[in-house]
Amino acid sequence: MSVNPVIVLADLTYAWPGQALCIDIPQFRLEAGERVYLHGPSGSGKSTLLNLIGGVLVPRSGQARVLGAELGSLSSAARDHLRADHIGFIFQQFNLIPYLSALDNVLLPCRFSAARRRRLARESPRAAAQRLLQHLDLAPQLWQADASTLSVGQQQRVAAARALIGRPEIVVADEPTSALDEDRQTAFLELLRRECDAAGTALLFVSHDRRLATHFERELALTDINRATRLAP
Amino acid sequence: MKYLIALAARSAWNRRATLSLVVFSIALSVTLLLGVERLRNDVRESFAQSVSGTDLVVGARGSPLQLLLYTVFHMGEASNNMDWSSALKLASHPLVEWMIPLSLGDSHHGYPVLATDQRYFEHFLYGERQPLRIVQGRRFQGIFEAVLGGEVAENLGYKLGDHLILSHGTGEMKLAEHADKPFTVVGILARTGTPVDRTVHIGLAAMEAIHLDWQGGAPIPGMSIPEQYVTRFDLTPKTITGVLLGLKSRAAVFRMQRTINEFHDEPLMAVLPGVALAQLWELLRVGEQALLAVSALVVVVGLAGLVAVVLAGLNERKRELAILRSVGAGPRHVLALLTLEGLALTLSGAVLGIALLTVLSLGLAPWLEGHYGLTLHAGALTPEEWQLLAWVIGVGCLASLLPGLRAYRLSLSVGLTPRV
Ligand SMILES: Nc1ncnc2c1ncn2[C@@H]1O[C@H](COP(=O)(O)OP(=O)(O)OP(=O)(O)O)[C@@H](O)[C@H]1O
Ligand SMILES: [Mg+2]
Repeated sequence: MSVNPVIVLADLTYAWPGQALCIDIPQFRLEAGERVYLHGPSGSGKSTLLNLIGGVLVPRSGQARVLGAELGSLSSAARDHLRADHIGFIFQQFNLIPYLSALDNVLLPCRFSAARRRRLARESPRAAAQRLLQHLDLAPQLWQADASTLSVGQQQRVAAARALIGRPEIVVADEPTSALDEDRQTAFLELLRRECDAAGTALLFVSHDRRLATHFERELALTDINRATRLAP
Repeated sequence: MKYLIALAARSAWNRRATLSLVVFSIALSVTLLLGVERLRNDVRESFAQSVSGTDLVVGARGSPLQLLLYTVFHMGEASNNMDWSSALKLASHPLVEWMIPLSLGDSHHGYPVLATDQRYFEHFLYGERQPLRIVQGRRFQGIFEAVLGGEVAENLGYKLGDHLILSHGTGEMKLAEHADKPFTVVGILARTGTPVDRTVHIGLAAMEAIHLDWQGGAPIPGMSIPEQYVTRFDLTPKTITGVLLGLKSRAAVFRMQRTINEFHDEPLMAVLPGVALAQLWELLRVGEQALLAVSALVVVVGLAGLVAVVLAGLNERKRELAILRSVGAGPRHVLALLTLEGLALTLSGAVLGIALLTVLSLGLAPWLEGHYGLTLHAGALTPEEWQLLAWVIGVGCLASLLPGLRAYRLSLSVGLTPRV
């Protein structure tokens, strides 16, 4: 298939200050438009890995390439730019800024990234945000509501819209469904998949829960690719 | 940047209950600081305005400051008297354009009584070298006639034709009264914003007349001279408290001062009002500075409160900062966000403080004017006040960097997935 990786990790290591190695990944690739399910037990370093990919943490050694750019060689401002332009994040919970409306939350990446605004082409950021919210089944009367007044499920959908606005190449989801009940988990995953497909976005989905793997093309155990956790007691 | 400002504003608005207290405390501290400065300046201004037209104040030798305070401001202790003949000699000195005799000592309901003559109305200048103006009635001519300062008339409710009785001496305690010789109000002066407003003016002859049957501060027992007979006595004063001099040329002021200080007939002293006032401010400087320092400290306390509140809020806002990071904000954005917030709070505090100061100035002005004869300006800020304000904002800016830097460090270490 596509041989155009959006993420390439090679011999990547990371350790939190004063701790043993947390990440030691000899090799990992995420192809363009691919959907990968990465699972691992709590504390295995999933969130740490996402911080590395987001360029918020700096690897101790090895390579982390995002869209061909070697993160280690970029300045922190350039890494922030790369993240803003090309990666959408969805987290476990508390994804939204409570004092902004749902719509304003979705628009946030466009404030920080000219590239995302540009990719919207003729569509205004506002119209794009509204379209995404509509696709993600959020009723229009909730768009102007303060994020803090939304239910958890609604918040996660707003977060998904925010990750997807301006068609980033990569969406990284860190257990976004763990606070939802089973029916809603499935519904949310379907929506997310559909939107990623529509935008041609690669999805890296991490969870400690293996049950959701059926929704994905490829399933990986972090413990298999991360030598650090394999060695851990 | 523009969006960061909007974001900072939204975030602050979200926490308005706590932050408004911070703003209020900064506002109060700014009001205090600027208020102290304003009062200080206006007091100086007020004093300077009261003697603007006078080149020299002359009296018996003693403390220059005491002489000035007593003769012009009717404050402090009485100085020794000088001879009337000396005053007349000074008046006819070739360098002197005009001389105003002043004789003090009595009072009316706490307001000082100044005995002088027509020259006072002709030559006395205040403020921007303005002459006195009679709004009602006329100058005193007969012996038992009084011209009231604007404030005396207003506060005591006197109209033309009313009678008043002077008390012997000044002070708060029950004073002996010149009850047998009442005065008639014949004129009321326009307000000047100087001690003139708080003064009852009578003629020098009247001063002599009411003390004909007095000696050493008390009526002479068994002796009473009815008012209709006073003209049979010589009512030329023997001594007076002092004189104000206007010179033909200001350039001659030091020469004239020397001449007076070396006066032959009696030991006299000539005081340049500006110099004596400078002496006064020098005396008060430590106090003023202490007051200013305390107000500055209050501002520091207010700003410390700001830092504490913003820092304390930071823990709950880790999520918010992580979200901003995830959508592409860099640590410098986070730094800017927090610093902007602190700065905005400082600025709002300053603006509110100025508003408060203006309201207070307007509200207190009549009272200060009434009780202390002090004109408080309530309009635009003076350059000195702006300077103080700039300091406050500058220090506020620096103080706001503290939570900003803390957030910067947090956003580096916490990353996108803060633990709560
Ligand atoms: N900010 C931090 N400072 C220090 N150590 C950290 C920090 N974040 C994570 N760690 C450590 O790194 C290791 C991996 O944590 P991480 O959060 O990546 O795990 P995870 O796989 O995401 O777990 P979970 O499924 O519970 O979210 C843990 O041992 C943790 O103690
Ligand atoms: Mg995690």
